[in-house]
Amino acid sequence: MCGEVMNRSALPGLAIATGVLIAGLLLAFTVGRYPVSLGELMSVLLAKLSGGRADVAPAVESVILQVRGPRVLAAVLVGSALAVAGTAFQGLFRNPLVSPDILGASSGAALGAVIGIFFSLGIVAIQGFAFIGGLVAVGAVYAIGSAVRSRDPILVLVLTGVVVGALLGAGVGLVKYLADPYNQLPAMTFWLLGSLSATGVPDLLPLFGPVALGTAVLIALRWRMNAMSLPEEEARALGIATGPLRVAIVAAATLTTSASVATAGIIGWVGLVVPHLARSLVGPDFARLLPTAAILGGGYLLLIDTLARTMAEVEIPLGILTAVVGTPFFIWLLASMQRNWS
Amino acid sequence: MRLEGHGLTIGYADHVVGRGLDVALNTGEVLALLGPNGGGKTTLLKTLLGLLTPKAGEVRLDGKPLGDYSIRERARVVAYVPQVHVGTFAFSVETVVLMGRTAHGSLFSQPSTHDRDVSHASLERFGIAHLAQRPYTMISGGERQLVLLARALAQEPQFVVLDEPTASLDFGNQGKVLAEIGALAKSGHGVLFTTHDPNHALRAADRAYLLRDGTRIADGPVDEVLNRTQLEELYRAPVERLTDTATGAVAFLPG
Repeated sequence: MCGEVMNRSALPGLAIATGVLIAGLLLAFTVGRYPVSLGELMSVLLAKLSGGRADVAPAVESVILQVRGPRVLAAVLVGSALAVAGTAFQGLFRNPLVSPDILGASSGAALGAVIGIFFSLGIVAIQGFAFIGGLVAVGAVYAIGSAVRSRDPILVLVLTGVVVGALLGAGVGLVKYLADPYNQLPAMTFWLLGSLSATGVPDLLPLFGPVALGTAVLIALRWRMNAMSLPEEEARALGIATGPLRVAIVAAATLTTSASVATAGIIGWVGLVVPHLARSLVGPDFARLLPTAAILGGGYLLLIDTLARTMAEVEIPLGILTAVVGTPFFIWLLASMQRNWS
Repeated sequence: MRLEGHGLTIGYADHVVGRGLDVALNTGEVLALLGPNGGGKTTLLKTLLGLLTPKAGEVRLDGKPLGDYSIRERARVVAYVPQVHVGTFAFSVETVVLMGRTAHGSLFSQPSTHDRDVSHASLERFGIAHLAQRPYTMISGGERQLVLLARALAQEPQFVVLDEPTASLDFGNQGKVLAEIGALAKSGHGVLFTTHDPNHALRAADRAYLLRDGTRIADGPVDEVLNRTQLEELYRAPVERLTDTATGAVAFLPG
């Protein structure tokens, strides 16, 4: 994909990321309330590929293709989307502590979704509302941030994101307060906690399209993104029109974030944790980092989702598990970065 | 080729830093920009680089208004060496220098073999090719300054503009960077640098430009412009002049 830049030192890291994804795939298909053996999985997948019939019980085939298949694909796509968006935002804002929701994408999508649930709309409409909410929120943050004249446009943008995010959070609170406490409120609460349990085949295309488009744009811009992580004036002196390029990167990263939030609800921390793990595997060069983060993010969320549906009698919301993993990671990161801030 | 500013009024959105400034830099010569803090050195530097738009007057590059150049065209003629900083991400030295090739590629392009050759030659020239695979964040301040110089040279520019290139370096590295500035001019580049030390201007520059409160105090050959009276007026502080009896070389001491 990017042969010239992939020198020897990038390959082991990429291999580890791919290993995590493969392990995640095997576990996700085989583990669960209805255990499936590796042999059964292989024969079903081979039969599907060759167009023949698998030599297994129909229930096994249905579990693999209808029940777990869409959910596995969705987990990989959502994990990749959040990881790629997080990698892009961390580079763009020159800060390894930011995540995809920094510009209000998640809170905007949350408000869109709870409004959709409030008006008792169908699932597709709810996802559409979430998607539009995320894009509108980031657009508003960007417009306000650009209107405020400052010598540090990045800081203004991040602070505007925090402020607008707080306002949108208040909006979510208001809608929940007004909602029917018996039907709507539980639906909103579950959606806000993040889950893939309701994901089916029809959800896959609306998720895949925006995620693939956004990721493709970011990977195409991978070399420029290195220079974009330098101070603004330095990047311009190197010959980069930073303004238009920043809009393109923010739009692409928001697209992948909004699509994944629309499908799976609010799943925090993935976009913060995975870029760090990927950077420790292959270094900060975006040419290697973006593909590694995409692969690793898919495997990471797949493992967490498998944990979510198997570790207890009831399914645990994804957002809660990613937070349980992400919070200590963030504190460790904060502590280990202290010396660079002094 | 010539980089020049005519009747420049410089500053930021909300305030003016300097007025009526004329400045010119030819290829093959070194110009040192001297003056007290807040006098407008950095603002003038960024205006000449095209990073700030002048509020009045015009910057011209090779006779054409700088504004007529695209951001990429400009970067292929004028390179900027910022003050040494520690980056957020641990890019390898090789990657940092390769970033100097950005303006020679298109929006979606990756560095070519030619880009790698140019970057490597640039690293060799500054004697830091052995650092190529080291993280930029893990090398010394002097080495970082040389890496940024190598990145500027990889841009294959006609002009190199440096913001306080000696500020954070130890004595030995200061001398090394000043020698490289002289070498850049010998290879045909026009070099502009800011400094707090008049001795660095004496050492490396052909001309000095003295700037106080946004006004030009003097502009001319270093041995004419840099004298005790002129420096005392520039810094509003007493200055002592020393002469080496053996070589006749001159140096200034503050206080």
